[in-house]
Amino acid sequence: MSDFVMLSLMPMVVGTAAALACALVGNFLVLRRQSLIGDAVSHVVLPGIVAAFLLTGVVAPIPMLAGATVAAIVAAGLIALVRRAGGVEPGAAMGVVFTSLFAAGVLLLETSGARSVHLDVEHALLGNLESLIWFEGLGWSALLDPSALAAVPPQVWRLIVVLAIVSAFVVLFWKELVLGSFDPVFAATVGARPALFDAALMLLTAVVAVFAFEAVGSILVVAMFVCPPAAARLMTDRLVPQVMWSLAFAVLSAVGGYVLAGYGPLWLGYQSSVSAAGMIAVVSGLILAAACVAGPRRKGTRSIGAPA
Amino acid sequence: MLKRASVLPEPTSPLDVSAPLSVRNLTVAYQDMPAVSAASVDVQAGSLTAIVGPNGAGKSTLLKAALDLIPRREGRVAFWGRPFKAARRRVAYVPQRAAVDWDFPATALDVVLMGLYAEMGLVRFARRRHKEKARAALARVGMGDLADRQIGRLSGGQQQRVFLARALAQDADLTLLDEPFAGVDAATEAAIVDVLRDLNAAGRTIVAVHHDLGSVTSIFDRVILMAGRVVAAGPTAEVFTPDLLEATYGGRLAVETFPEEGRRP
Ligand SMILES: Nc1ncnc2c1ncn2[C@@H]1O[C@H](COP(=O)(O)OP(=O)(O)OP(=O)(O)O)[C@@H](O)[C@H]1O
Ligand SMILES: [Mg+2]
Repeated sequence: MSDFVMLSLMPMVVGTAAALACALVGNFLVLRRQSLIGDAVSHVVLPGIVAAFLLTGVVAPIPMLAGATVAAIVAAGLIALVRRAGGVEPGAAMGVVFTSLFAAGVLLLETSGARSVHLDVEHALLGNLESLIWFEGLGWSALLDPSALAAVPPQVWRLIVVLAIVSAFVVLFWKELVLGSFDPVFAATVGARPALFDAALMLLTAVVAVFAFEAVGSILVVAMFVCPPAAARLMTDRLVPQVMWSLAFAVLSAVGGYVLAGYGPLWLGYQSSVSAAGMIAVVSGLILAAACVAGPRRKGTRSIGAPA
Repeated sequence: MLKRASVLPEPTSPLDVSAPLSVRNLTVAYQDMPAVSAASVDVQAGSLTAIVGPNGAGKSTLLKAALDLIPRREGRVAFWGRPFKAARRRVAYVPQRAAVDWDFPATALDVVLMGLYAEMGLVRFARRRHKEKARAALARVGMGDLADRQIGRLSGGQQQRVFLARALAQDADLTLLDEPFAGVDAATEAAIVDVLRDLNAAGRTIVAVHHDLGSVTSIFDRVILMAGRVVAAGPTAEVFTPDLLEATYGGRLAVETFPEEGRRP
């Protein structure tokens, strides 16, 4: 256990922060039936990264994150535009936008001679939690040592900042987010500016997705946007408890998944470990499955009817 | 031929700054089809006003356009002489059909609490007095016992009453209701009428889109007749007359069988 701090602490922190940030935003996406947006953003990251590489000529995390974020924001804007102008439902708008942007990214990649970034694109899409080794983390006391803290992988700080921003946004604009998700017409009449907060939520989703991708990969992000909030919805009929359940499920998935990935195979007698991000996604899926089977508010126990 | 009592404001006349709602020359179109043409009308302060007209007459459109929910092609709208933006705290609106997700994790009480949005201001979360106010609003519409029920598990009429309670919680000077009696039973309708009369007796202005021609005279003291335009507006006794109704409904009072193209003059 002596190398826990060096090898496992930062991956667990990053996994947990990513899971929390995704789940927090995911609650509102699930309420608005827009959870696919996480998937959409994961496709849109590609043209952003390629464009960033073409513009700067370097393969570095900051320009790539910036490019991915801009691309994700453009995509979120386009999705809103297609929804309004075309009057189509959100799922269809997302489908149109993210497949075309993904195709644009592939075209850009193939025609620009930027294929050298290919590996990094893959890394951005798959992430690699296990690589977040804290070389200076020689024990718990390192947490108090400034020089050791300076060697913490930068993804850790980035995700902690993102989590802080998301938390602040949700707490500060809770009423606006809830009103806009539940009844946009009413929200507009009382001046809760639903269109503005809709855009802000999309922006935040894009930022969370991009930063979480870098650290934990797209599979985990897509799972974390959907699974904890969806499972939490099956536990309660009220929103605040739902958000609390989703956060608990997010932590459980991140920590449980990481531990299982690292030690599960050993317990089963295998030598190597499995991908932590993958295992975290699996655990979140299992939690959702359990909630579907045993959640007190699962479908069938509540009516879905609209009034005549 | 028509009585002069129902003379409407000139489209170019100034907005009535004492009226809770004043509309001049309002035209609203969906794509290129005008749903409301050159409507000019004043809602009198302290009145209980019905908006009456056949399906597709533009009644809902008039309300939505006044509330900035849909764009206006032309015209001016004022609430007490001010734009809606500046007056929204004094206005409540109950739409014809709340387009909400009935599966949403919210109880009846949660929905009514949303009516206190403006009042809560910087206090982010509902305090005890907000909850008491919301419970009182629910009790007024006879929903006190169902306050903690998830909204999807209420009947259609009960859901409608929750939205009425949310408007009550807003404590507005002007309440606009789009068909508050659609799909509710006689007892519920009577309960809602009582609530509206109480509000009106307290000096609040009520405007309701209403389809039941039989009960207009007994509930409302003023009427706005609509058929793609404002046909007439004024005191019920002067406006709710056979000839004006004929002008509104095109001679056929069988509202539900009105043909698509026969709506607009
Ligand atoms: N979203 C829309 N898009 C296109 N046309 C619309 C839309 N909403 C309403 N209309 C058209 O505008 C006209 C007025 O509609 P509106 O809903 O205002 O009528 P209404 O008087 O409220 O009718 P009802 O009594 O049936 O509620 C109708 O011809 C309708 O078909
Ligand atoms: Mg209508």
